[in-house]
This record gives sequence, structure tokens and C-alpha cells, in this order.
Amino acid sequence: MTAEQMNGAEMVIKALGDQGVDVVFGYPGGAVLPIYDALFMQNQLRHVLVRHEQGAVHAAEGYARSTGKVGVVLVTSGPGATNAVTGLTDALMDSVPVVCLTGQVPTHLIGNDAFQEADTTGITRPCTKHNYLVKSVDDLAKTLHEAFYVARSGRPGPVVVDLPKDVLFATGTYRAPETIEQRKSYRPQTEPDPARIAAAVELIANAKRPLFYAGGGIINSGPQAVKLFGELVEMTGYPCTLTLMGLGAFPAADKRYLGLVGMHGTYEANLAMHGCDVMINVGARFDDRVTGKVAAFSPGSKKIHIDIDPSNINKNIRVDVPVIGDCAKVLEALIAALKARRFAPDHAALGKWWKQIETWRKRDCLHYEQDDKIIKPQYAIDRLHALTRDRDTYITTEVGQHQMWAAQLFKFEKPFRWMTSGGLGTMGYGLPAAVGVQIAHPDALVVDIAGEASIMMNIQEMSTAVQYRLPVKVFIINNQYMGMIRQWQELLHGGRYSESYSSSLPDFVKLAEAFGARGLRATKPSELDDVIKEMIAIPGPVIADIATDQNENCFPMIPSGAAHNEMILGLDDKKAGSPISEEGMVLV
Amino acid sequence: MNEIERHTIAVLVDNEPGVLARVIGLFSGRGYNIESLTVAEVDRAEALSRITIVTTGTDMIIEQIKAQLSRLVPVRMVHDLTEEGPAVERELLLVKMAGTGDKRIESLRLADIFRARVVDSTIESFVFEITGSAEKLDAFINLMKPLGLVDISRTGVVAIARGAAKF
Repeated sequence: MTAEQMNGAEMVIKALGDQGVDVVFGYPGGAVLPIYDALFMQNQLRHVLVRHEQGAVHAAEGYARSTGKVGVVLVTSGPGATNAVTGLTDALMDSVPVVCLTGQVPTHLIGNDAFQEADTTGITRPCTKHNYLVKSVDDLAKTLHEAFYVARSGRPGPVVVDLPKDVLFATGTYRAPETIEQRKSYRPQTEPDPARIAAAVELIANAKRPLFYAGGGIINSGPQAVKLFGELVEMTGYPCTLTLMGLGAFPAADKRYLGLVGMHGTYEANLAMHGCDVMINVGARFDDRVTGKVAAFSPGSKKIHIDIDPSNINKNIRVDVPVIGDCAKVLEALIAALKARRFAPDHAALGKWWKQIETWRKRDCLHYEQDDKIIKPQYAIDRLHALTRDRDTYITTEVGQHQMWAAQLFKFEKPFRWMTSGGLGTMGYGLPAAVGVQIAHPDALVVDIAGEASIMMNIQEMSTAVQYRLPVKVFIINNQYMGMIRQWQELLHGGRYSESYSSSLPDFVKLAEAFGARGLRATKPSELDDVIKEMIAIPGPVIADIATDQNENCFPMIPSGAAHNEMILGLDDKKAGSPISEEGMVLV
Repeated sequence: MNEIERHTIAVLVDNEPGVLARVIGLFSGRGYNIESLTVAEVDRAEALSRITIVTTGTDMIIEQIKAQLSRLVPVRMVHDLTEEGPAVERELLLVKMAGTGDKRIESLRLADIFRARVVDSTIESFVFEITGSAEKLDAFINLMKPLGLVDISRTGVVAIARGAAKF
């Protein structure tokens, strides 16, 4: 055999190496044994053995979102692939670049209901950006390289490559990435149309009540886009709000930052969205959790929408100036055009607008009262932030109240530090994501802010953390309820807490010990700081069980079906009595 | 602005496994209508297939359909023939008629008026072939119903832009 002749399994390893992959998250099985054999015989590519395939995809997502690189997953056929589906859908919704290699039964058995056969490309078609079934070893290298290109270019997303076992055994010729011809379809537009830039600049320059509304697109675009976005906010002096996916794209400590926008966003951010005259959407997608009632969304504003995915334009909200392109390139063009026209903001109008915003800000909508008896969940997150702010801290979350409190209260100053399941809202995301983050950043502090219900959905990944000595910290806001469910039942369903009580919870301290990790517990406010400090000081994985107030709700809240200016600030808010219209009841 | 419009969309795709499933899955998954869909390879050397879709929706939905189609990886081009200018739309229909006597003769006469061709005949049946707009085929089917129509098969609409330009 010549150097470029190898079997399919070796080709997979070689292609991953050529794509710059240093780690794969996976779980072996019959159909992928040839790849595991090839893995065994090399020592460039590291494999992290998860405990469930869903965890493998979330770990790859955590890896990808904290590094900007493509996360790679390796699972077997049938159940291996179907278990990965939730993670793939999560990555699709949140635009995370992931390549997932799935084993498949040999080509001659496809369609015969063979052992561990599933129609993987059929099942994953709607939950991937693209997928492939490789039927010949001659197509293997090209397909793998194309999969990486598709995953990371344009709007990033998950790509599945289904690999029948006979293809992995067959011998063929390897092709390097640079020898692969580009396909004639699939050309994402990254350069903005100059006419649209001119139109956008015209609106930006003449705005009286402007607002930047920025999202995960900036972070996906990369550090350059984040830097340019900061410059644009700086040169305009306009206020800025971020979506859940965008946290960290602009420093939270900056006075021009109004906080999170949307259903649980701040009073000032949402009222600024409602009242602005020019909205500059940079890499966000007018998600229903941001817009609230579409018909009443920011009624008086002209809207600029910068997005790399043309299908996001006019999907939920009709915009005035769509700009298709990569955020970094669009921002660069906007800044250049503003400089060229010697832009200066309308200081009088802007001063008035800021004054208005400051009155909203004075409502202090995230305020809570902490007494000395029971830990408020918000206080737990505030203290976690205060005691970790001097470090380079990476936060992952599960899904629910704790996630929203983390988004509201944890202050992110840098991008790539916040990993959460936004679009799909996947409980069980946080711990495996933290595993992936810690693999990428071995010396950083990685904390999964969790709820006691969510953490049970992928708790098995503690075992992965212990095996690889990953010092991830699971910080459980334990209110013994599926808190967000309980909150909705309180507000919408007459306080009938149907199945939302977390019954028969494990003793999380003992559970941690059973996994070979350390367990800590805080039940009183006075114990909290010591527990957090100890959690950080322990060099290995820790579960910190924080017993919090069971009745606390996450406010502010825009009830579903309501507009931004109809948000409720707390239970004593007079709107809280019957917050949700019949129309809103049916929404999620 | 929120009126339901009918659009004929031509989609040029790489002819690879699963491409039709992607297109159809997109329509069902996002709740769009398909009134008709036809597909066949049009360029073997380039491995290109052309899909013609007739769909309905508000202008916002039609815009979404085109954007969503465009972002499928194997899609090369999406053209809204309804929006881009005059296009020829044709459909082929096969109709099986059974019966004897006056009705048989009347169906033949009407077929002649509609320029339908007889492509199969027995003592007691005909199969007519007819091409035209969907409306014309509907009219023909309605006329044939009382005369012994037993079966129909339609291709769905294929369309091409008028004039010299490609697409």
C-alpha cells in the first residue's frame, strides 16, 4: 500500500487530524469498532468516553462554543445515533458547529432491519444542517472534509456522517482537504451588499432613540466581530442589549449594557426595545422568547437586521433594512461607512433617550430580598459570581429558572464563557457541556449552574468527569421543584402543581461521593460563601447542593402572548393576578 | 399583504440521495403547502435535477419558503417563476374512460376539441393523454366524469420561464 492507501477507519482518523481535531467525544459500539481500533493504534487524537450519546453531543457543543472550533462526536449505529438526536437538534437550534460520525450496518444490510440498524440519515435530516450516508470508501475523505466545511461555514450547525461498517473496512485512497473541489451548491454569503450598508448607516446616523440588539451570531462570527461590535457601540454611544445566546458579546460591566432582553430580560432592555426608533439587530433572530407578541413588538422602530442566514430575515418580524453577511464583515463595513461620513450622534436626542433609560433602570427590576434564614436562588448566583469574578470562569447551565437567573445575574465580560441551551431548551445540557468546556480549557474554572431536576437528566456524566479528572463544578440551585414549571403553574394554572415537585431526590452529597467526586451542601445563607470557596478550592469535580427558597419566581417576566411593555415585575405587580390572556395560554 | 398567493417555484438541485426528502421534509416540517411537485434529472453530466413546486402562502411565507429552500446544502438555485415574470406552465394528464355507445362517442368528440390523444383503446375503453394548464385539465376531467371516467393520473405542473433567458 502507498502512503495514501488506507482503510476507511484509518481514513476517518486521518481526516479528523487534517481538520485540526484534537478530541472526539464518543461511545463505542459494534458498527464503529473499526474506528475504535484505529483510535487505539494512534496517539494524536484524544477520545473522551462519555456515558450516554446525548452527553457526547452536548460535550462537543460545550467544546465548540468555548473554543469556536468544530466539536466532534463518534457514536455507533441504531441507539447510538438515536440517542444523539436531542444533542443534534440542540446544536441546530443554537447554531453550534458539530460533526457527528455515526456507525451504520454494512451497506448490504441497509434496509433489512438489521441489528442496531436505524435510518440515521432519515431521522437526522430535520435536525442537522446537512447529513451524509457514505456508501463507498472512495467518497469517504471528500465527504468528511465537506462535512467540516458545512458545519463551520455560514450559519454553523451540526452535520452527521453515517458510516456503514463495510466502508470502514474497505481500502481506498485518502484525499487531503486541499485537494477537494468545492461543491457548486452551498455558497453562504459573507460579504454584505454595499447598498444595504449605506441604508443601514443612514438609519443609524439619524437615530434619536437607537438600540443595539445583539445575539449569538456575533460570537459565532468570532473574536473579531466581538471587538468590532464593541467599537461600534463605543463610537455611537448607543445602548446595547443582548439575547440569551449573545451574553458575553458585550461586557456586562459597561454602562451602555442594559442586560438580557426578552421574556426574562430586564425592564430597561425590554422597554428600550419597545420604545426605540432604530433597532440594530446584530446576529440575533427575533426569537419568540425575545419578541413576545409579534403584533405589538417594537411598534415605532425602523429595524436593521444583520444575519448570515437569509432565512432569518422577515421570518418572525418584518424588517426595514436586512443585511446578509458575516457579522465581522458587516460591522467592519458599518464602522468604515460611519467614519467616512464623519458620524457624530445626535447628542441632544441621545441624552434624552439615556435619561429615559436611566429612569427604567432605577426600577432595579432584578432586586430581591435576602434574609438570614433561607438562601434566595438569586443570591446564590450573585455570590457565585462575586467569588469567581477574578478568575477566567466558564458557565454552563441546565434549563429552567436557574438558567434565567444565571443569565440575568452572572456578569459576562468576555465571549465564549457562557454555554446554555437556548433554542431547544434541553434539560441535561449543562453537565456534559461542562465536560466539553473543561476538556478544551483544562485549567479554567468551569461551573454548571444547575437545577435539581435538570441535573438528573444527564447525571451519569459525573462519571466521565471523574474518569478524566475534570474539575467541573455542579452548582445546584435546589428548590425541590421543576421551578419554571411550578412558576407557570402558579401564574397560569391556579397553583395546581401537577407533577412538578422533585420527589425522591437523591442525596446529592452522597451521590457525588458515589461517583468518586466531592459533595458539598449549603442550607443557610451564612454557609453559602464557604461552600462556594471550598467548591473552587477542591481540585476535582464537585457537586454543590444549594438548598434555596422553594417559592421564588423568576421576574421580570413577559407573559406569553404579551408585549414588552406589559411585563410583570413581581407577584405584587397588579398585572400578576391574571397575567396571561387566553390567546397567550396556548403559547409555550 | 396577508393574502394567500399561489407561486410556482423552480428548484435546481444536485441529484444526490435524499435531496427530494430534504425538500419535502422542509415543507412538511415547517407547515408549508405543496399543491404539486414534480422532479426529474435534467442534466446527467452535471447530475442536476429540477424540482417544480406549486405552493400557496402569504408573501412572508413565500419568501420564507424560498429562503429555506436556498439554504439546503444541495440546492443550487431557487427561482420564483410567478414573481420573476411570465412562465409557461404545463401538466400532463392520462384519463381512462370505460363504456360503449353514445357516451364513448361523446368522450371522443370532446377529446378532439381539447386536443387530447388516444394512447390506448379497447372495445370498451380509452386512455386519453392531454397536456395543458392545470385549469384546462380540471375542465377536461369535469367533462369526462359523466361519460364513464374510471381513473386519472396527473404529473403535476412543470414550468419554464418565457423568453430567451435561462430561467
